[in-house]
Amino acid sequence: MIWNEARECMSRDELNTLQSARLKKVVNRVYHNVEPYRKRMQEAGLELGDITNIEDITKLPFTTKDDLRDNYPFGLFAVPLSEIVRIHASSGTTGKATVVGYTRKDIDVWAECVARCCAMAGLGRNDIIQVAYGYGLFTGGLGGHYGAEHLGATVVPMSTGNTQKLIDMMVDFGATGLMCTPSYLMHIAEVIEEKGLKDKIKLKATLNGAEPWTENMRKQIEERLGIEAHDIYGLSEIMGPGVATDCHYHSGLHIFEDHFFPEIVDPKTLEPVPDGETGELVITTLTKEGIPLIRYRTKDLTSITHEKCECGRTTARISRFTGRSDDMLIIRGVNVFPSQIETALLTVDGITPNYQIIVDRVNHQDTLAILVEVEERFFSDEIKELETLQKKIEHAVHQTIGLHAKIKLVEPKTIERSMGKAVRVIDKRKLV
Amino acid sequence: MFIKQITVFIENRAGRLEQVTQVLKENNINIVSLSLADTSDYGLLRLIVSNPDKAVTVLKESGFSAMITNVIAVKLTQHVGKLGELLSILSSAGVNVEYMYGLTTGDENASIVIKTGDQKKALDAITESSFELLSTEETYAMND
Repeated sequence: MIWNEARECMSRDELNTLQSARLKKVVNRVYHNVEPYRKRMQEAGLELGDITNIEDITKLPFTTKDDLRDNYPFGLFAVPLSEIVRIHASSGTTGKATVVGYTRKDIDVWAECVARCCAMAGLGRNDIIQVAYGYGLFTGGLGGHYGAEHLGATVVPMSTGNTQKLIDMMVDFGATGLMCTPSYLMHIAEVIEEKGLKDKIKLKATLNGAEPWTENMRKQIEERLGIEAHDIYGLSEIMGPGVATDCHYHSGLHIFEDHFFPEIVDPKTLEPVPDGETGELVITTLTKEGIPLIRYRTKDLTSITHEKCECGRTTARISRFTGRSDDMLIIRGVNVFPSQIETALLTVDGITPNYQIIVDRVNHQDTLAILVEVEERFFSDEIKELETLQKKIEHAVHQTIGLHAKIKLVEPKTIERSMGKAVRVIDKRKLV
Repeated sequence: MFIKQITVFIENRAGRLEQVTQVLKENNINIVSLSLADTSDYGLLRLIVSNPDKAVTVLKESGFSAMITNVIAVKLTQHVGKLGELLSILSSAGVNVEYMYGLTTGDENASIVIKTGDQKKALDAITESSFELLSTEETYAMND
């Protein structure tokens, strides 16, 4: 089912007109209300009159996560706080969170987009949808929740952490939809199989995002549970989940172009790349009021097609993500920058030890281990001292990134070095 | 008086322990006694050797984490209840034992290496008692 046919199926010409009008409006808004944007446009010698249609977007400067950090917490907001009704936050590169704010209208647009995603997955008002993303600062829980409510479905706010209860309710309520991370879905599928409950569930479709997964994994999960699984993309800077999702044909994720203008650029030259070629996804929020972002570099690598889909939608489709153009890791749905772990290690005794981050996926669940070389200054002849050190590090890491890591003490000079430089991150997950 | 013990950090990998003994052998250092404390990922090898300062230097040069810790070595005659007597002296002094291990001697008497929570207090308590401490020279030259 198509939730908003007028928007999702409009002709490219109509869309172009709409995008042009909306771009003019949003540029006008940031120029007048967001000082860093005005300054940057002035520095680039740009005047408001230079932006008349959507093709002019390439004249505008890019925005990065660093801009959000430099203007922490509310410096890029385009409205006074009295207009902001919600705050969300995600990891920043150096410990400071990336903060975003939503006006009431932003929340409505978000719900509309997520409702489109749910409809794309074949869900509607007669469905019971469990939302098993974390509720809180993370956009997954509340984003999924409002969207599924807007759809008119019966929403069960499960959040994360209690798989048994989730499955019990899935069986007892006859839940037909589920929103969660792909790795959590894998875990849920395993428990369902273990308990022999596959015949007792009524699950039809799932929407899974917030971390990378493969087409293979998607098909595997569909077979195991007898459902249809959809990839939902989003990032808190732009909105949260619901920026794009894949329809029944699973040939790319439809991006809601009436709200988000996508560009694919070469991450090195920042020049646009043609359709079908891989580059970095850059998004401009065309309707955002709280924190509109112009040409935001997502650092997610993908390609795009503007061809009409078999489902009837005319919106551009982005392919599955092939990686990142920066060093951000997504572990159990949480954005983690190696620099954050380095900062955490630094707090333990003031000097960063030689360390290595190892990310793996065991039984479809992400694991995080940090190897720390035992140096003289925290070496001891007593096991309990070393164990205390491990706990201190684990605590510091948990405080910083919100994930539990296994801390492994290793002998000096054992961490792999490549050309004399220590290899800081090893990601063993095979996702591409 | 304290005896110098060396502690070496060893990951649980085949051949690591052997490499420690190899380094010591190449430098003509005799192992008088040892104990190994293990966890699932690593172990701490505690050694009494003929030349602790040199041992730490050569082990570090070979890439090991090694350090010197002051421990106490006490002579124990081979009689029932002797170890209990020593421990009761320490507990009366309010000293907690962190770890201990035997020190093999050639003669009929045994010795024991002790690391406590308060080494100074432990040393005082033992010195005041009828127990005899082993000197550094005696210890390092033991079994040589």
